[in-house]
Amino acid sequence: MLHFPRWQVAIILFVVIAGFLSVIPNFFSREQVQSWPAFLPNKQMVLGLDLQGGAYLLYEVDRQDYVQKRLKTLVSDVRKALLQEPRIGYTGLAVQGETVQLRIRDLDKLDEVKKRLQPMRNALVSSLLGGGTVYEFDLTVGDDGLTRFTYSPTGMQQRVRGIVSQAIEVINRRINQLGTTEPSIQRQGDDRILVEAPGLGDPARLKALVGQTAQLTFHLVRKIVDPKQPAAPEAGTVIFPSKNPNDPSYEVEEQPLMTGEDLTDAQAAFHQQTNEPVVNFRLSTGGAQKFGDVTTKNVDRLFAIVLDNQVIEAPRIREPILGGSGEISGNFTVQSANDLAILLRAGSLPAKLTIVEERTIGPSLGRDSIRAGVIASIVATVAIAAFMIICYGILGVFAVLALIANNFLMLGILTLLGATLTLPGIAGIVLTMGMAVDANVLIYERMREEAHAGRSTIAALDTGFRRAFGTIIDSHLTALIAAVALFWLGSGPIRGFAVTLAIGIISTLFTAYLVTRLIVSTWVHYARPKVVPL
Amino acid sequence: MPLRPLRLIPDNTRLPFMKWARIRTPISLVLIVVSFALFFTVGVNAGIDFKGGTVIEVHSHSATADVGAIRSKVNGLGLGDVQVQNIGSAADVLIRVALQPGGEQAQQAVVEKIHAALGASDYDFPSVEVVGPRVSGELAQTGTLAVLFTIAGIMAYIWFRFEWQFGVAAVATLIHDAILTMGFFALTQIDFNLSSIAAILTIIGYSLNDTVVIFDRIREVLRKYKQMPVRDIIDLATNQTLARTIMTSLTLEIALLALFLFGGPVIRSFTAAMIWGIFVATASSIFIGGPILIYFNIRPKAVAAAAEPKNAVKA
Repeated sequence: MLHFPRWQVAIILFVVIAGFLSVIPNFFSREQVQSWPAFLPNKQMVLGLDLQGGAYLLYEVDRQDYVQKRLKTLVSDVRKALLQEPRIGYTGLAVQGETVQLRIRDLDKLDEVKKRLQPMRNALVSSLLGGGTVYEFDLTVGDDGLTRFTYSPTGMQQRVRGIVSQAIEVINRRINQLGTTEPSIQRQGDDRILVEAPGLGDPARLKALVGQTAQLTFHLVRKIVDPKQPAAPEAGTVIFPSKNPNDPSYEVEEQPLMTGEDLTDAQAAFHQQTNEPVVNFRLSTGGAQKFGDVTTKNVDRLFAIVLDNQVIEAPRIREPILGGSGEISGNFTVQSANDLAILLRAGSLPAKLTIVEERTIGPSLGRDSIRAGVIASIVATVAIAAFMIICYGILGVFAVLALIANNFLMLGILTLLGATLTLPGIAGIVLTMGMAVDANVLIYERMREEAHAGRSTIAALDTGFRRAFGTIIDSHLTALIAAVALFWLGSGPIRGFAVTLAIGIISTLFTAYLVTRLIVSTWVHYARPKVVPL
Repeated sequence: MPLRPLRLIPDNTRLPFMKWARIRTPISLVLIVVSFALFFTVGVNAGIDFKGGTVIEVHSHSATADVGAIRSKVNGLGLGDVQVQNIGSAADVLIRVALQPGGEQAQQAVVEKIHAALGASDYDFPSVEVVGPRVSGELAQTGTLAVLFTIAGIMAYIWFRFEWQFGVAAVATLIHDAILTMGFFALTQIDFNLSSIAAILTIIGYSLNDTVVIFDRIREVLRKYKQMPVRDIIDLATNQTLARTIMTSLTLEIALLALFLFGGPVIRSFTAAMIWGIFVATASSIFIGGPILIYFNIRPKAVAAAAEPKNAVKA
């Protein structure tokens, strides 16, 4: 066991040195590392949100909100289809819970009804069933004329997945425009989106940018209403409150003149006369045409600019707007004008998103945690080293060398994997130091026993390594099981702990068994000890 | 070499661990009963990870934060159960708000209300954590699953590496440790959150590590001394590995103590639980893991038959 062929020595030294070298970039700033020549290691460890500060936001698609909106459009689609010539008589068309229901009066036209309503089941390409077709709705047409659209469970799941993909694209566009951070935006499960943005100083702004639906619509105003005296809106109109709670509400035509989709660009700017921040927008060709027509027909009327069901402003149409561009002013600050421009450029979210989990950590708190973690690691290393040397003498010194090699190896692997270092991760490193020593303790105690049992010095050292090995494997593998469970359980920081623990367990096997053995073998070769110094 | 190693554990200890069963069993049972009682009466102080709710850290711009003023302002918001306490320096205050009725959106409103009530001119808000009802339910579920999964995985591993008797004994030991750690959480009322589950899993892993080392030795001694009574074998193996058991636990405790003292407030509850857990795990692997093997027939049948008459005479 104490004999090493040269190639083994070479491999062990190579691994230790490689580990050492991979850690080095972490001691320099990112800019410095990037200016290094390419052959030097340049990967750095990623600090978790708890160490560098940032925001962790878990969003969920608001299914209820989406379903209600979707069913409303389904109702109007059904109405349109049945009112086509030749008309088909029906009664009681309405949303009922999660279904749309109606009763056909012309019972002899049920086949025609089926033909017209069939396309509204909305065929979706399934990503789950290997590309087959699933329908968003199930349609039943009874002989008595009772007709019902129900959400099909797979159709719903499919829709929600689609919404999440779309929403991720929109959020990506929005955050990219901020330009300052490198956020990660991931799907979680069927209906969730995880946004992790490191180092953003203002989580409130991030939340406003990510979570806002940003549905922009323009409506013609019927009349101004006093929000304190609520009245039922007339048929075909809705009432929207103003953004500023002191301003009046507006009763507007339900059918919007235009939506955010008709915009091609939006930019924050300053108003030429008042110098107040405004948002300039440009319309697509089709949008410009539509807008031109409507404004020509409705000169002198008010139209409301509505964002997420709130009226931002309701200017009067003084003359036809034919140029295909316009301006929104609504008591903006420079930042809010800027943010609205970003939202309009990036498009609206396909459904409302709700925050189900939020964790934000300020950068100063992160710095405190790093300092605490580093101090704790140094104190732990020194204390363990002292303890080992006191208890095992020269062999204790070897254990400490192996421990140091282990620390570098572990940090090196973490760096190369691009793993995220969290505060629990640092705790995992410190804990691994304790466990790394365990392997040495097992070996040394075994050596002692073998020496006491009357073996020669060399034989005792050799058997110590040999016999301890099985036990080391067993004890490390069991710890690994716990680490895997932790990883599986883990979100964010806990996962960081599991990763460091698992990597530490593996690197410990290497250093305790090979590095220590190599050191001991070299020592035996040169010092030729007469007794086992334990 | 002038270095004279220090022996913490003397050589060739002959401690009668099996004899101590008389004291050990009642102590263990009492601790388990007390842990259960605490767990079901007082309960653990479940943090927002499992209960949902909001935790906001507030940093006052003046040198000391007026906890009373903050408390009265926040209580005026009608948010139900609210705790306000100093943490770290005098300027830092932690506000905990229980889960609000009204689903996910209601939790978000809490943050806005508190920001508005305290005002950005007097206070910073370095950290905000909000966990809605759905996520907290899921976290509690995965937490439980992770613990069960670990126990099952470990049992399977031991079964594979040893005989089933060892697996049962190891699992009994680590369940004992897990229960006592839960008792610790209930007794100290430190925040029980996701990292507490991480602590329990690590303790389970360690408890097993310790037990496995002793089991390994029991198996070795069992093969070596075919005639020795199982009682003595367990005692001998435990004594032979005692130095290692104590040394390893001590180094771990040293590392943990460093984390506890210098690692900052964020991981303090985690390290506190670990310190207790490692202590329990060490004690249980010595006093429980090995000794309860006596209740199982761990000696291969042929050898057992040969040894039987001698035992019978003794009894």
